[in-house]
Amino acid sequence: MDLVIARPEGLYCPPGDFYIDPWRPVDRAVITHGHGDHSRPGNQHYLCAEPGAGILRSRLGADINLQTLPYGQTLLHHGVTLSFHPAGHVLGSAQVRLEYQGEVWVASGDYKVEPDGTCAPFEPVRCHTFITESTFGLPIYRWQPQQEIFEQINAWWRDNQAKGKASVLFSYAFGKAQRILHGIDASIGPILAHGAVEPLNRVYREAGVYIPETRYAGDIPRNDPLLRQALIIAPPSAGGSSWMRRFGDYSDAFASGWMRLRGTRRRRGVDRGFVLSDHADWPGLLWAIGQTGAERVMVTHGSVQVLVRYLKEQGLDARGFVTEYGEEDDASTSGEAEA
Amino acid sequence: MKAFAELYLRLDATTSSNAKLQALQDYFTQAPAEDAAWAVYFLSGGRPRQLVPTRLLRELAVRLSDLPEWLFEESYQAVGDLAETFSLLLPESEHSSDAGLAYWVEEQLLPLRGLAPNDLAERLPPLWAQLDRNSLLVCMKLITGSFRVGVSKLLVTRALAQLADLDAKQVAQRLVGYTDLRHSPTPEGYLALIAPPSAEEHAQRGGQPYPFFLAHALQQPVEQFDALLGPVGDWQAEWKWDGIRAQLVKRDGQLWIWSRGEELVTERFPELHAIATCLADGTVLDGEIVVWKPDTRTDAIAVQPFALLQQRIGRKTLGKKLLADAPVALLAYDLLEWQGEDWRNRPQYQRRQQLEQVVGNCAASVLQLSPVLTASDWNDLARQRETSRSLGVEGLMLKARESLYGVGRTKDMGVWWKWKIDPFTVDAVLIYAQRGHGRRASLYSDYTFAVWDAPAGSPERSLVPFAKAYSGLSDAEMRSVDALIRKTTIETFGPVRSVTPSMVFELAFEGIALSKRHKSGIAVRFPRMLRWRQDKPVEEADDLATLQGLLS
Repeated sequence: MDLVIARPEGLYCPPGDFYIDPWRPVDRAVITHGHGDHSRPGNQHYLCAEPGAGILRSRLGADINLQTLPYGQTLLHHGVTLSFHPAGHVLGSAQVRLEYQGEVWVASGDYKVEPDGTCAPFEPVRCHTFITESTFGLPIYRWQPQQEIFEQINAWWRDNQAKGKASVLFSYAFGKAQRILHGIDASIGPILAHGAVEPLNRVYREAGVYIPETRYAGDIPRNDPLLRQALIIAPPSAGGSSWMRRFGDYSDAFASGWMRLRGTRRRRGVDRGFVLSDHADWPGLLWAIGQTGAERVMVTHGSVQVLVRYLKEQGLDARGFVTEYGEEDDASTSGEAEA
Repeated sequence: MKAFAELYLRLDATTSSNAKLQALQDYFTQAPAEDAAWAVYFLSGGRPRQLVPTRLLRELAVRLSDLPEWLFEESYQAVGDLAETFSLLLPESEHSSDAGLAYWVEEQLLPLRGLAPNDLAERLPPLWAQLDRNSLLVCMKLITGSFRVGVSKLLVTRALAQLADLDAKQVAQRLVGYTDLRHSPTPEGYLALIAPPSAEEHAQRGGQPYPFFLAHALQQPVEQFDALLGPVGDWQAEWKWDGIRAQLVKRDGQLWIWSRGEELVTERFPELHAIATCLADGTVLDGEIVVWKPDTRTDAIAVQPFALLQQRIGRKTLGKKLLADAPVALLAYDLLEWQGEDWRNRPQYQRRQQLEQVVGNCAASVLQLSPVLTASDWNDLARQRETSRSLGVEGLMLKARESLYGVGRTKDMGVWWKWKIDPFTVDAVLIYAQRGHGRRASLYSDYTFAVWDAPAGSPERSLVPFAKAYSGLSDAEMRSVDALIRKTTIETFGPVRSVTPSMVFELAFEGIALSKRHKSGIAVRFPRMLRWRQDKPVEEADDLATLQGLLS
């Protein structure tokens, strides 16, 4: 029997009577990670991997009815054995393993296969049916090793410093921002964070992840010479807003997997695009799918049709799942956010 | 190739003119003359024709990338740029050639032209394997003849002028014709561009034209003209012709004709050669080449639609019939050189006076004066402008009487305004969409528009496509339309989607003509979106009768 089906409220597990990352309020919600399109407010009960609790509370409220489970531990619910396994996407992100009457399904939420030191690295889980995302499901998406990208960011920052310009780096406030902070060379200069980023830095630090010292950008007076030495991490929504005026002369950049394409980079209108994603690239998706040993693959948000067709040609039983994911994350910048 | 690829990426990555100028100067400072010669050529718009057929390139790329063909195609649709798709899908090379641009173009790329498919299939993969990803992207753009980067010729001119400490106008003068197809860049040619000024330069120029002076668009309402432009008498007003801007150079007993793209087009217009006999040596005229013949309805000699002229452009051989159907004339409106002397620093009215004499003394009927309009005030001129459409012109040109003849689109030596008539407009329905290219890559941004084939209320009326357009929307609007297209898709055929008709746009276009090639029976010129009529239901979009009414 199918352990997960698509319902109007979200992905549903019939024998367990719960939802995974539902997009409409339900009684029981199992959450893969804290990005807004996967964890929405209004559910009666929440269950997530233990390292994700801080994020979920900071985003959905301290008073949500939240139960947690450490990675690898099992929980039995209506005969379904459920466990969480690291997805390597952001802090606390998890794949959900479901076992019922000898059948194993894994719903992976969003995942990335390169370990980055800010969250538990992706762990392949053997299963019969694997539910995968396909945000970057085209062979044009291949990531360089992250260290090379961090060095590009360091060089850009140093270069701006030498020219007396502030370095404003746009990135998603949760996950990407902390990964960048964790990876760059903090000895280059002061680091300032936008108000949307700072609370998440705190959650990461509390979870024991190294995040260099950051200051709240709003505390620095306009035209302070320090700004011309600083790296400023801000969410994309700050771009073009009056908030930017305080920095005077600045260079701006955007960190996202979509920056792989010149067209999307130019559309962003920033000085630099750094190709850094917290999703798997094409080889990463294929590797992860292969590692599960699954014969059946359900493809969600991204390049669904492409990945389904490709996997079918490889002899797998692949199908598309219609979901409402991929609306908050960087998918929205590309125009590629089709179901 | 690496240094040039790096320059390309720097130019491509920024929208700031200063950053581009800096990138150009950094490149030219370190580049050997033979590489710089080709860089100037490509950056100022020189483009050798496609060296290898696209179909063959695709086949090779599919094979080398080890992907099914459909997946290569999907990738291309997402990237929106063939050269970039290649550079993303071909296996990354371990090597990275340090050889310069000139070596690559002359020794590796140009010899590819005309090779048999088998030779190409053998030769190209090892060639690509020498290039890192960025160099591969640039190399592919050169091979496919699609090299384009956001740099104006003016910017290249400025970079060279600063590098060599020259007046930018001098460099512009030397650059004229540099990208002409018959011209192959050489290190000597490059060094001549940046050489110190010399006295013989003027005498040695052969058929060299002058850089064209370009006009700015005037969009203010006529009520503001007095305040903006001063009295109408300070201006020389002419019709804005819809033809090919050209310079006619007569020196040393020979005639040269140059297009605005600085291409030598003397051979394309044999009937204009007659002008050589009645112009003195050392004369340069600026004007417009138009089709000029008796009108079928009035029998009066008049300018004919651009579409007729277009039939002659791009033809290798000009048959007798074509020459008879679309005879051209030059409508002269400026005099740049007279008796071997550069007249560009004389005021417009003086140049005009002398031009009238020069043309008056030339008996060739293919040389005509572009008439000057007289008007008592701006409103009078505005009324004359209203007749533009029936005369087959695009509106008016306003040239300051005291204006000198500048270089390019500058305003420092006086100004030319183009005061065009308002475009035709129609409310049309979006029915098909395709993903765009360049900065519109991955977005459904290229649309096909339709109008109704019968008036509102008719039973079973349907939408007929009549125009394609992709420009005119803001980035935000484009994103919203893209999202709606994805939500309302009916069917997907390759890269094209048909959508449930729900969006109405006001389309603008410059010209309209009957056409047998279009289902609607109508072809429009330069269609673009003026605005998204979110207030209008599709039932209220225009119908074919509206378009036919514009034909008159």
